[in-house]
Amino acid sequence: MSLNVETPIVSTASAPQPLRLIDDTGHAVTDDAGGFTLPDADTLLGLYRQMVVARRFDVQVTALTRQGRLATYPSALGQEACEIAAVASLAPGDWLFPTYRDSIALLTRGVKPEDILASFRGEWHSGYDQYEHRIAPQATPLATQALHAVGLATASKLKRDSTVALALLGDGATSEGDAHEAFNFAAVWQAPVVFVVQNNQFAISVPLDKQMHCRTIADKAIGYGMPGFYVDGNDVAAMYAVTSAAVERARTGGGPTLVEGLTYRMEAHTNSDDPSRYRTAGDVEVWRRRDPIERLETYLVSIGALDDRVQASIREEAEDLAAATRECMTRPVQVDPLELFDHVYASPRPALAEQRAFLSAELAEHAALADQASATPSSSTTPPSSTTHSSSTTHSSSTTHSGAHA
Amino acid sequence: MTLQSMAPPVGARPPAALTMAAALNAAIQDSMRDDPTVVLFGEDVGPLGGVFRVTDGLYAEFGETRVSDSPLAESGIVGTAIGMAIYGLRPVVEMQFDAFSYPAFEQIVSHLAKMRNRTRGRISLPIVIRIPYAGDIGGVEHHSDSSEAYWTATPGLTVVSPSNPADAYSMLREAIASDDPVIFMEPKSRYWMKAELALPVQTAPMNTAVVLREGTDVTLIAYGPTVKTALATAELATAEGLSIEVIDLRSLSPFDDATVGASLRKTSRAAVVHEAAQFGGYGAEVAARLTERNFFHLAAPILRITGFDIPYPSPKLEEYFLPTPDRILAALGTWEWS
Ligand SMILES: Cc1ncc(C[n+]2csc(CCOP(=O)(O)OP(=O)(O)O)c2C)c(N)n1
Ligand SMILES: [Mg+2]
Repeated sequence: MSLNVETPIVSTASAPQPLRLIDDTGHAVTDDAGGFTLPDADTLLGLYRQMVVARRFDVQVTALTRQGRLATYPSALGQEACEIAAVASLAPGDWLFPTYRDSIALLTRGVKPEDILASFRGEWHSGYDQYEHRIAPQATPLATQALHAVGLATASKLKRDSTVALALLGDGATSEGDAHEAFNFAAVWQAPVVFVVQNNQFAISVPLDKQMHCRTIADKAIGYGMPGFYVDGNDVAAMYAVTSAAVERARTGGGPTLVEGLTYRMEAHTNSDDPSRYRTAGDVEVWRRRDPIERLETYLVSIGALDDRVQASIREEAEDLAAATRECMTRPVQVDPLELFDHVYASPRPALAEQRAFLSAELAEHAALADQASATPSSSTTPPSSTTHSSSTTHSSSTTHSGAHA
Repeated sequence: MTLQSMAPPVGARPPAALTMAAALNAAIQDSMRDDPTVVLFGEDVGPLGGVFRVTDGLYAEFGETRVSDSPLAESGIVGTAIGMAIYGLRPVVEMQFDAFSYPAFEQIVSHLAKMRNRTRGRISLPIVIRIPYAGDIGGVEHHSDSSEAYWTATPGLTVVSPSNPADAYSMLREAIASDDPVIFMEPKSRYWMKAELALPVQTAPMNTAVVLREGTDVTLIAYGPTVKTALATAELATAEGLSIEVIDLRSLSPFDDATVGASLRKTSRAAVVHEAAQFGGYGAEVAARLTERNFFHLAAPILRITGFDIPYPSPKLEEYFLPTPDRILAALGTWEWS
């Protein structure tokens, strides 16, 4: 199959139908699907397994977040088809540029749960090895990562490598200037990059019709001179077929593609959001019936590719992962306060060394006071802050503190 | 569009325990009731009421014409506010979090700040940009920046930061009424702080500092989130026989030289406390101008107790970053006391 900029995905003037290969009742689509064909049963079964495992992880992490084990967790429940198809389309040497929403994409690419969750747990901003996994840090400033993806892809092109970059974006993020700059740079430079926009229909509380006044996000691609595809984002078969074709097109010198997956954010934006302020349970229910996993399951069972035994083994894998995730998230967080100074610059700076020494001395002082307090129970009622400073006018340990930071 | 004040005029409200978020909300509501040219927009400020609920209920009261969720683009938000202001509106816009104001940097620095001067005073931009800022809320990255020095380094901007509900109300009303653009920095960690208030309240003028607690030995200068830290420090210091005067700056630009200078000449020692990194931070300006103007009254160098010169850390590490009463007292202990 080929992706052709001259044949945009939609032809109707309004209310375009997203491209799909398996409909929401789990039946293969018989009409023409823009030249895309259903992936083979093994591929679909592999995608199914990854989606089930990813969902189990996502549900587990949401539960742990409710228990207060994580500072926050933006769930991708309901978006598994987009996330897993994007990752499955990449070769091991390709690069992924994810957002905060895309933890299950990282999981599917082989990042360990504790390394994904280090950031949401508050240990460090990005907890995995970006070069090992070829995954950029999950981006929070919206749409900024799209430009990084274009840059990396362009570097790959300049070096005559075959590495492709894939950027994940949200629907809301496409309103940011950076998104438009990324689309334009990608097209002008014919960068080997694929933009997968997960249109989950909300940017926190704001519905997509407040973001844009055109039919689809995919339509915008035309204005930049690249192909755009409006795809049923809950149909992993279609998402995989379109995205992997786009990746291959990028790899073989065909330039960038924008893929919009129409899906739905089933959970709140994050645990601190209250979706009852902007959508009803009924709205969500409509999309629950379009569940990406259920429809694939129905299809796979109908063609005899999924039986109880395989189901059981997938469930077991998912439960093992959930248990491992629970286990590592209930272990206490290990942080080293002195590491705060270690990674700010490549060349060490005396000023930071001073600040590090200051914190080190302060920590030692606190530890000594804590020891003292536990050794003499009677003094343990004294607030630590007042015991620290018998008199500020004669505070002697201050000589070890750096004046530069005081 | 026709903008009419449909709501009842502002009247006195019964005393109630109000959070800073609620006081800010009331300030916007009262300003909108009083002045039909005030409009409000930004990300999630409509039906949701903002992620901190500062705009709660305003969409319901004033409707889509005056309160709206904008597309998700900060440069767009500030840029369009500028156009609206040129045409006679008074936009109040929100940057959802400190670090998400950066896409608007160009509009703020190149246009908002400079328009009056460029046009020889013909164009006023009475715009308020509300920015929830600073840390201490366990936020993940990009949710805890103290970005004030970017704005205070920009001539043409008025930069203020309340530390309590009463000031939040009074200063925001004054900011909205101001003909100059105001960067209104709201300390997130104080949003839930409560005070008993009978609105409308009017506190000291927005561009002035206030002495929150009198003392004789040291002037401790704070603003926004660190005012609470400074007050706690002063309380602790009493036990050690040290009398600390606490100043809440409230206005970062302009700087209230008179109030702060008078305090310093009385105590002869000063320290400034902020969450932002030290190098090139706002405290450098405070220390420099106080020193220039009061050098012969000083008994000791002016100290800065601040965040370290590193990016704001992850939640589990922020306690090591933030200035604490302990750290402030230790710093004061580095002075020679005779
Ligand atoms: C530049 C910037 N502005 C604002 C925010 C705050 N914010 C975080 S997520 C979000 C909504 C994003 O919506 P969308 O792009 O659709 O992604 P989704 O969360 O739905 O996956 C907003 C406004 C941000 N992270 N970055
Ligand atoms: Mg979205």
